[in-house]
Amino acid sequence: MLQRLSHLLGTENLTREQIAFILDQAKPFQEFQRHPLKKLATLRGKTVAIAFFESSTRTRISFTTAASRLGADTMALQAESSSLKKGESLIDTVRTLEAMRPDGIVIRHASSGAPEFVAQRLEIPVLNAGDGTHEHPTQALLDALTIRDRKGKLEGWNVTILGDILHSRVARSNIHVLSKFGVKITLCGPAMWVPRELEKLAPGIRVVHCIEEGLRGADVVMVLRVQTERIHEPALAPDEYISQFQLTPARLKLAQPEALVLHPGPIVRGLEIDSAVADGPQSGVLEQVTNGLAIRMALLYHLIGGAAADAPHPAKDRTNASD
Amino acid sequence: MPVVEKRQLLSAEEIGRTLSRLAHEIVENSGGAKDLALVGVRRRGVPLSERLASQIRGFANVEVPVGTLDITLYRDDLSTVGSHPVVQSTQIDFPVDNRDLVIVDDVLYTGRTIRAAMNGLFDLGRPRRIQLCVLIDRGHRELPVEASFIGRQIQTSDSEIVEVRLREIDGEERVMLVDRVS
Repeated sequence: MLQRLSHLLGTENLTREQIAFILDQAKPFQEFQRHPLKKLATLRGKTVAIAFFESSTRTRISFTTAASRLGADTMALQAESSSLKKGESLIDTVRTLEAMRPDGIVIRHASSGAPEFVAQRLEIPVLNAGDGTHEHPTQALLDALTIRDRKGKLEGWNVTILGDILHSRVARSNIHVLSKFGVKITLCGPAMWVPRELEKLAPGIRVVHCIEEGLRGADVVMVLRVQTERIHEPALAPDEYISQFQLTPARLKLAQPEALVLHPGPIVRGLEIDSAVADGPQSGVLEQVTNGLAIRMALLYHLIGGAAADAPHPAKDRTNASD
Repeated sequence: MPVVEKRQLLSAEEIGRTLSRLAHEIVENSGGAKDLALVGVRRRGVPLSERLASQIRGFANVEVPVGTLDITLYRDDLSTVGSHPVVQSTQIDFPVDNRDLVIVDDVLYTGRTIRAAMNGLFDLGRPRRIQLCVLIDRGHRELPVEASFIGRQIQTSDSEIVEVRLREIDGEERVMLVDRVS
């Protein structure tokens, strides 16, 4: 049987079976998003701390909504919070949150490895909502779910990841997920953002620096946002990036006819992607958002749920119902 | 946990006859089955609900919609189980508003599963009526829940288990009373 997760820190150390289990468990929660009454009592009485040391809109709203639809309460710490401005250390901040007895904590932090640092020091489950340039595991899981839904399976596709791979935690988490399912990964972008060393992230990765070559034959194209906030050296001028790497309808024609286009958001229209592609029939952008809720509900349900592992298990034969 | 079979409660043939009677009772009690829909509780309520629908199609010539309900997210013991049980999908593709719903399950015991099932159904809308159909009612209720259609009512002790085996899931067809060996 599946080894139970106690935290979700990244996708690198997840097994293929664990990933498949999480994707399968998201399915009932996808259906749930269509219910007229979107409120469960499953995690009633539980509290999830949402600690975002780096600003975010969509991921924070998605985790908060996922917790709330499961019936849990949330306590939020935002990047603009005064304690962070006053210079409190990460561990003091999370210890303060822990003293309010949450049942789990969702962390986003600008430093790679911050969630793991916290997980080693707290007793409660930690979910990584993005750490530095390291990982963004829930994004990769929702991307995998979107590919599996749209294309029927995950295995064997040609997936091209386009943009600033070097600074992208989304790309890294996606590479760790997809490579476990035999996906052929092409990393494509300017040479300074897609160095050859990235080929070592997983076996069989191809690095190319020409968008036409990168798109040819692709079944899925993941467009990354150009992250100006994570780049400290002067990079490519925007108009150069647009002319060389923007995903336009004409360039998308080089990919497979039914190729799926994904973007983790927020989209900068007219920079990394043309609006006609972002809003076109091949775009899965809005499904990604809905699937994000389902993935996060499934993870919160499994990580935050349950009493201590040695608690008695009275349910099974009492109801004669479930097996 | 070792168990020993004490006796057979229903044979395959008896299960078939019982379901046929239950199908007739459901139709009689719902005024021609116009707004009727069946909801099978995972797992063994699912094949039972499908068989009832096929019986009703046979004698009343009415196509009764059938849905599948997973009650995991509505269980009241989740805070006491060690890790959360796997969630299965709920598939109810018809509107439940103003429906005459019949929940179908194999065994009625404490009533907690049915409480959970009703909660799940109310999240989907407001049915006009909910009734309950079970193959076996074994007593020992912990909630004020009663079935409207009962295949067989039996007396059991708390240590006994009613095992329903259906060919769609178990590859055999019978109902047994088994006991825990301590």
